[in-house]
Parts: sequence; C-alpha cells; structure tokens
Amino acid sequence: MRPDPASLGLPPADLLHMHRKMWAIRAFEERAIELFTAGELPGFLHSQIGQEATCVGTCAALDPEDWITSTHRGHGDIIAKGGRLDRMMAELYGRETGYCRGKGGSMHLFDFGLGILGANGIVGAGLPIAVGAALSARLRGTAQVSVSFFGDGASNEGAFHEALNLASTWQLPVVFVCQNNEYAESTPRRVQQAIADIATRGAAYGVPGVVVDGMDVLAVREVVSAAVERGRDGGGPTLVEAKTYRFYGHYVGDPGVYRPSEEVEAWKQRDPIRLFEARLAEAGVLGREEADQVEAEVRQEVDDAVEFARASPEPDPASAFEDVYA
Amino acid sequence: MSAEPRSLTYREGLNAAMAEELRRDETVLLLGEDIADPFGGSYKTTRGLSDEFGAERVRNTPISEEAIVGAALGCALTGLRPVAEVMYVDFMTLCMDMVVNQAAQIRYMSGGQVRVPMVVRTQGGAGRSSAAQHAKSLEAWFCHVPGLKVVMPSTPRDALGLLKASIRDDNPVIFLEHKLLLLDPYAETVPDGDHVVPLGVADVKRMGTDVTVIATSRMVRLALAVADELAESGVSVEVVDPRTLVPLDEEAILASVRKTNRAVVVHEGFERNGFGAEVAALIGNRAFDDLDAPVERVAGANAPIPFSPVLENAVIPNEARIRAGIEKVLGGL
Repeated sequence: MRPDPASLGLPPADLLHMHRKMWAIRAFEERAIELFTAGELPGFLHSQIGQEATCVGTCAALDPEDWITSTHRGHGDIIAKGGRLDRMMAELYGRETGYCRGKGGSMHLFDFGLGILGANGIVGAGLPIAVGAALSARLRGTAQVSVSFFGDGASNEGAFHEALNLASTWQLPVVFVCQNNEYAESTPRRVQQAIADIATRGAAYGVPGVVVDGMDVLAVREVVSAAVERGRDGGGPTLVEAKTYRFYGHYVGDPGVYRPSEEVEAWKQRDPIRLFEARLAEAGVLGREEADQVEAEVRQEVDDAVEFARASPEPDPASAFEDVYA
Repeated sequence: MSAEPRSLTYREGLNAAMAEELRRDETVLLLGEDIADPFGGSYKTTRGLSDEFGAERVRNTPISEEAIVGAALGCALTGLRPVAEVMYVDFMTLCMDMVVNQAAQIRYMSGGQVRVPMVVRTQGGAGRSSAAQHAKSLEAWFCHVPGLKVVMPSTPRDALGLLKASIRDDNPVIFLEHKLLLLDPYAETVPDGDHVVPLGVADVKRMGTDVTVIATSRMVRLALAVADELAESGVSVEVVDPRTLVPLDEEAILASVRKTNRAVVVHEGFERNGFGAEVAALIGNRAFDDLDAPVERVAGANAPIPFSPVLENAVIPNEARIRAGIEKVLGGL
C-alpha cells in the first residue's frame, strides 16, 4: 500500500508536533528518574512514562487559552500543554528559576499563562477547580474549555462525584480525562472498585462516558476533540476514560512488587510512542531516522534544561515568607 | 448607590454588601446551597439578590460543599471574584481540602503567579439549640492556616463594610457570621455611600480605663452589656473588637492593654488552642511588663455543643461568665 500522509486525518505538522511532545515527556521523565536516583533532586517523583499518549492526545485537542488541572503524576500533562522544560526542571531542583521559585516542586507545577491551573498533590482535587474554570468561561462569555486529568484512584474520591454532578447540572464545558493506569498506588482496580469501566460512572450524572485506548494518541485526540467541541457548543461535560499504564512504580524507587511482570511487559509491548511511530511511518509522515533525530533533539533539550537548573541559584531563604498573601 | 443614611440590621448589612459589590463589579458572583430566591438562603442573607442579578450570577448549588468551594476557587483563578456560601461553619469540614490545601496555598505554591480573590461566607455559633453539628465556632481552625484571612463582624455596620472589603480582597477570606446576629432585629445607621471597613483594623467598641476585653463576633455584644453593668459600680471596661482575626491588629490590642494593664479575651469557640490563646500569647510576649494580672480567657468549654438550652448555656460564654472573668483580673484592685 502506498503511504498516504493524509490517512491519519491530521496535518503532518500537527502529527510531528504530537510526536515530539511525546518524546519530550519520555526524555524529561527518564532524565528526572536518573537525577532523582542519583540523589540530585529533593522530595519524591511520580513518572508518567507509559501515559504519554493520554497527555499529548488530550492537549492536542485544546487551544492555548483552554485550561488543564493535573495530578501528582503530572509532568507529562504539563509538557503537553506547553510547559517549559527548563523551568520545570529548575522547579524539580527547587531553584529560584523554577516555575514556582522552588515552592511547589514536582507535584505543584503551575503556569497560569499557559492555562495550567496546577498539578496537585491531593488526589481528585483538580476536578472541582476545573469545573470552576469552566463556570468562569461561561460567565465571562469566552469559548474556553477546561480539562481535568485524574487517575483511576481519584474516581473513588468524593471530589470526582461532586464535580461531575455540578458540571452536568450546569452543563459546563469540562472534559474529565481519567488516566486509568489500573493501580491506585499499589492497589489494583479490582479491589478498589467493582466496575469494568470508570466511564460508566458518567451515566449516574448524565455525563457521556467514553472509553478510549490510552496508548493510542490519535484515538485520544479524536475522543477529546469531540468532547471539547461538545463543551464549547454548550453540550456540557464529558467523561473520557483513557486506558493506559505507567511503566514504572507509583513513585521513583517503588519496585512495583504488586504488579505481575508479565502484565508490565505486555503493556510495554504497547509503548505509545512506538505505536505512534509505526503509524507515522506507515503513513509516510516520519521515518525511523527522522524519529531518532527527534529523540536526539529532545534529549538535548532536556540536557539543556538540566544545565539551566544546575546553574540556577537556590532561592533566597527570605523568599520563604513571600507570597503567603497577595 | 443610595446617598441617604440607612438603618440596617446585621443581615441587611451583609445583603447590602453583596448587592453593592454585584452592582459595581461584574466579576462578582455568589454560589451556595439554597441562596437563590424565593428561598433566599437558610438565614435569608441573600434574599432578593438572584431576583435582581439573575440566576447566572447568584447560583443555587447542589448540597456539595467541596464542589462549591472548588468551583469558587476555579473562578477565582480565572478572573472572577466568587463569594461562596457554606450554610453552617460545621459543614466546612466537608470542603477543608479546597480551603486548606488548595485556596489558601495556591498563590504560595505557584511562586506568587496568581491571586485568589474569593470569599467563603459561613455562619456559626450557638444559642438556638442547633446542637453539636450546627453550632460550633471554628474560627481557630482557619486562623491556623497561612494564606487565609479570617473575618468576624459583630455589628451591622461592620458586617457591611467588612464584607465589601473581603470581596475586594485578592486573598481567600473566610467570613464568619453568627447565627444569633443574623436573626437580631437590632439595626444601626450605616454611613452613606461606599462603606468599606479595611481588613486588619480593630475597633474599640467602648473606651475604658480599668480592663481591656478583647471579644469577637456575638461576644462583643455580650461584653458591651457587661461593661454597661460594671460601669454602674464604677468599673471602666474597654471593649476591643479585632474584627479580623487574620490579619490581626496587634497594635490596637497592645495599646489598649498598656493603658488598662488587664486583659480578658472572650470568644465562643472552644477554649483549648483557641483564638484567646493566641491573644494571650501576644500580650504575654509584648506587654508582659504592663500587666497587673494574668490574661484571662472566657471561651467555649472544651465540650461539644449540647442540644438542651440549659446545657447549651453551660458551655457558651454568657454575661455572668464574662463578668466573672473581668472581676477575676480586677481582683487585685
């Protein structure tokens, strides 16, 4: 069959952008793991490796003015929404040049200018906040949509249920994107909820629920795009469940003894970047060499971000007392 | 805006504050359970506002405190000035993540990227046999959390002016009303025009020379009544109302204590680790040499609020207990 770049339904430039973003996430996370393991980063770290298609597929459906809320495992979401690698890395180092001047760290990355209303250390907390942003769009008469990323564990929190109910009652433009990686910390889904698909919980609130292959970036983009369009048109919220997997433990250093190795290996066979690259190659959009080139370029960008962070000053201890109040 | 002098009750003061701010600033909105007309709020504080400003800006919500405050926060982060109502301060337990982990800290956690202009109005206090889950005074919880401002008006005039200032403030403000004050028919004249009372400024509600009573919310009223009573026996009581607990007008409290050399702190919240402990520590640290007696606390007992009026009266400060506290610190006279 002759390669057809149009067969993927998106302009090649968009596809290449998505591919590069996925690699940026992978490269950033791999480097962060390395640095954390070497003792160079304080705190703790949750890697999004394996979930890149959920981050990039979702944000590819958004406009720059749209908002996201993210989670403790949020680096990928933030990179996908346009977050700068250097300022993110500097924040992971706790430096003055970091996004939050060293006050937030990995779990509390924000860039309000990019519509990133925050990663969040509290499971489920982003959902009600995203509902509020969508209400704000309604009242201010803008076309903005908000997306709330959350995990399977968060779907058992009250905040999830309250947020879906309120967004539905008010028919607000919110897309709830569940990055279902099948484990809430160490607890498999079968012992935390008695349902096959989290998307079915939408029905309880009159919210359409859609299951999508979270390893397929194009499928995620398509489903989220439809949900975004519905939201912008006044059709209310959507619950998207992207079935995905984290290739590493809950946090860096967690050996993941609670997951059978065959299961981990099976998911790794469905590496979202490799799957996408196969599609791109098949359509004649991107060859192997070009893909390797992209990988090398983003790894260099991550190296530059690390150098930026290392060269950045520590925060002035006096700044610990700044910005408690406006 | 009306230029004629107005006589308002506490509840009318709050209502006027919201109406005036909704009128002057299109980014202001109200959201909460049962706040819209015709019901107008469980204490009728928002009566008439949805009729005047519409259901988009004065929004009834499900019984869903975490979503109410979380949605208010999302609004505040994206250009609006929400005023959320939580029906009872006891129900703040249901949205503490949004208040404590989120609203209070987002500015700080983000390195100062954003302002969080939001108000959470709620009401507390005993005196109606509302019992343990509808009558607490939990101001100390909120005072404990950096990033929150905490406001407790005691008069109609302050209710009006402080709520307007809170709505205009760029920080999350916990605005604590008292249910008995909401039901109180007492009215007072409020100044013409745009009456705003700045946060962080105490008010001396009564001048005196023998003892300072630092009281909050409804306890200000009780302290004033006791002061009247004691004046007849020649004791001159100064009553200082901090009005905002955070930020606290420390200088006003210290100035009064340096004058009278004796202090009693009166509040309805539980005594243990309460607001009174903070004030006592302030006075002890910065006005120790001016004291002629230890600082006395008259506060809610360290027990849940009971149902029976007889029992309720036993755990909440009343005029007799306030008077006893004052007499105790005056014992050396």
